[in-house]
Amino acid sequence: MGHAHIPEIKAEKYVVPARLKTISYALIGLGLIALVAGYFMNHERGLASMLFNNFYFLGLSVAGIIFLALQAVTNAAWSVGFRRIPEAMTTFLPIAGVFMILFAVVAYFGHFYHWMHHGITDINSPEYDEIIAKKAGYLNFPFWIVRIIAAIGIWIIFATIIRKNSLLEDEVGGIAILKKNKTMSAMFIVFYAVTWAMFSWDTLMSIDPHWFSTIFWVYQFANIWVSGVSFIAIVVVLLRRAGYFHIINENHLHDLGKLIFAFSIFWTYIWLSQFLLIYYAHIPEETIYYVERFESYKPFFFLNLALNFISPFLLLMTRDAKRKENSLILVAAIVMFGHWHDLWLTVMPGAVGHEAHSGPFGLAELGGAAFFGGLFLLVVFNNLAKVNLVPVKHPYLKESLYHAI
Amino acid sequence: MTYESPLRRPLITGKTSYKQITDDIAGPVEAKPTKWWTYGFAVSFAALCLYLFSVGYLLFTGVGVWGLNKTVDWGWDITNFVFWVGIGHAGTLISAVLLLFRQKWRTAVNRSAEAMTIFAVVCAGMYPLLHAGRPWVIYWGLPLPNTFGSLWVNFNSPLLWDIFAISTYFSVSLVFWYVGLIPDIATIRDRATGLSKTIYGVLSFGWNGSAKAWSRFEVVSLILAGLSTPLVLSVHTIVSFDFATSVIPGWHTTIFPPYFVAGAIFSGFAMVLTLLIIARKAMRLEHLITLNHIDVMCKIIMVTGSIVGSAYITEFFIAWYSAVEYERYAFINRAFGPYWWAYWSMMTCNVITPQLFWSRKLRRNLLAVFIISIFVNIGMWFERFVIIVTSLHRDYLPSSWAMYSPTWVEISMFVGSFGLFFTLFFLFAKFLPVIAIAEVKTVVKTSSEEFIAETAKKDGIQVPIEVD
Repeated sequence: MGHAHIPEIKAEKYVVPARLKTISYALIGLGLIALVAGYFMNHERGLASMLFNNFYFLGLSVAGIIFLALQAVTNAAWSVGFRRIPEAMTTFLPIAGVFMILFAVVAYFGHFYHWMHHGITDINSPEYDEIIAKKAGYLNFPFWIVRIIAAIGIWIIFATIIRKNSLLEDEVGGIAILKKNKTMSAMFIVFYAVTWAMFSWDTLMSIDPHWFSTIFWVYQFANIWVSGVSFIAIVVVLLRRAGYFHIINENHLHDLGKLIFAFSIFWTYIWLSQFLLIYYAHIPEETIYYVERFESYKPFFFLNLALNFISPFLLLMTRDAKRKENSLILVAAIVMFGHWHDLWLTVMPGAVGHEAHSGPFGLAELGGAAFFGGLFLLVVFNNLAKVNLVPVKHPYLKESLYHAI
Repeated sequence: MTYESPLRRPLITGKTSYKQITDDIAGPVEAKPTKWWTYGFAVSFAALCLYLFSVGYLLFTGVGVWGLNKTVDWGWDITNFVFWVGIGHAGTLISAVLLLFRQKWRTAVNRSAEAMTIFAVVCAGMYPLLHAGRPWVIYWGLPLPNTFGSLWVNFNSPLLWDIFAISTYFSVSLVFWYVGLIPDIATIRDRATGLSKTIYGVLSFGWNGSAKAWSRFEVVSLILAGLSTPLVLSVHTIVSFDFATSVIPGWHTTIFPPYFVAGAIFSGFAMVLTLLIIARKAMRLEHLITLNHIDVMCKIIMVTGSIVGSAYITEFFIAWYSAVEYERYAFINRAFGPYWWAYWSMMTCNVITPQLFWSRKLRRNLLAVFIISIFVNIGMWFERFVIIVTSLHRDYLPSSWAMYSPTWVEISMFVGSFGLFFTLFFLFAKFLPVIAIAEVKTVVKTSSEEFIAETAKKDGIQVPIEVD
């Protein structure tokens, strides 16, 4: 550390390799075929796949803004070198938004959510459900879709402004933009807290419309946040290997590793808070959520903890594991898969019942993952290639070069 | 090679030197107590006497002297217990979590915040001890081998987990605080003469300041920080389990653990501000505990206050959303029932007042910060009262409905517990260095006003630039 070589700041541009483009297009094409085929084999399952896969990649985008916002409000310098990655991640939001609206429309006509059934709030109908009728003021289609559009719209606005300001800084320099983005970030965090809570209730929690849990939105935040930081870590490592990012050293990786490690424990804490309290109090309307998951999805219930808690906890415990590229991206990949799996486990039992159990990772699920994943990679890396890879005039860039822990 | 951006605010203002810092911090320890210290100590000690009297009365007469009844069987006892445990959280957060986040400003406030943690946990621990009615058999709460007959603890009970959590927390915090004190006590020892040299000599464990001693010191500090970090979360999580594992509407809700932790940090920082705003002035430490320190602590209050606020709103909304009659009633009753004043006091103090800290001007106005910190302390006390009493007082059967009000014993015990807390704090402020001398010196070469000006000159930047 004492005689560390401090690299020079050079403008770099990322070039998307042809192979990555081919892979993205192949994933999109094959995924779309599989997703559509899956949908026609089983509407519910196809829709569920569309929902949770889109949610997952939308979550990565949102995690990108959260990352930028948190670094801005805390005056952090260490992450400045690679901030273009979370910035690029946010550019997937409009596409995820379009697919979310598409999903909402198909869900409405296909009664994907139980509370969308006709007559369910009508006391004279045989479909009448007293509990859902009491929630109709909140769970009704017009209000629901307005909330979803508003939430994604607000995120898009903040993401666009923050990214645009940051790109402008490459030209003008100075600290005016730093201050402006700090204000935007603080405002984003406030709006995010409200919109995210509702978004997670609307898209995920209301799949089991009788069930409720106050911590649910915090849990979903933990999910996307760990996945988002893991994605950033993977991209940083892969770009370094491809010859970019001379200004990033193992100290920066160490901090990314710490975030993955710490927030995997945070996720487990939130998981435990929800599970233990419901288990202990043993109130039937609450335990039903875990009964379904424990009885029909038992191996996955435990796999969830193995992927998202035990793996990062044991594999990233040491200092070396966080600083070495191989171990870092291995764990990052495990938890990215783990949280995708967790989302699957959140959606499927309510959406398709025991059915997903017989062929768990079926055509629809894999197709959805490939389609949205391919789209996400294509959009994110194309947008990353359009701009400077290093924010050369960021006021904190120099400090981040000296980052040593 | 390190470099810190000159855009960052200084943590030490004015001209300073290592010698000057030692003199400034060790000065009050070596000097005779000031007039204000004597008055403050006298008032605190009087309150402590009130505490001892009411505790004595309680123990001679029995727990029946409290205002509890068949429906509200937990009242001020556990309210005040949770209140004091919560206060303690800021110290551990500053010393452990902020260390992990490399927040250099913690060096000026960690010592006194940790001391406050320990004293607050002492105050908190008295409540379960006294609630047992016979504190001399409190060891029955521990899972001791079964030599006293058929007594055995209930491992399924969160109250037992609480005993483990709090005692672990107390031990680790005490050790962490004391280990940090050793080099500073040695500094005082080296400057002292006569009897105090002997006493500080014994207390410093023969610290010799060698490279080896420092290296061991660093390792121990890091291990203790690693142990403390999960403790910050676990203690108030388990306190929240005392309520949330039940089936009582208003108590059983899954957001309780993180929301209690955020609330604890919120109240802890309010208490740190209350104490430090006075201490920095009284002890002339304004150049070490600067307005920038106050500013960031206000931001933490604003963030944790907002977390607490969003948890209140989530609870309220989900109570409605659940469509469970009892859940819905519990929350309507909170806001509009006979204890509405407690609920709205809580909402005003905890949700609205911290939002004032969005204003930079207010964050740097000492009077405003002091007043808001008192509001937060009051609000967080009301939070516990609201959760405990309003959730209990209207039982499922209307024939069991009851109201609760504390008796003079509960009131004087609570007032007296401040006496205990402040007596300990005054003793600490007189006899031990209130700022970690060794630690605050580590930021001189990165964050003092002089050093920042030098860096800025080299970089060709005009300072001060206000980034936030």
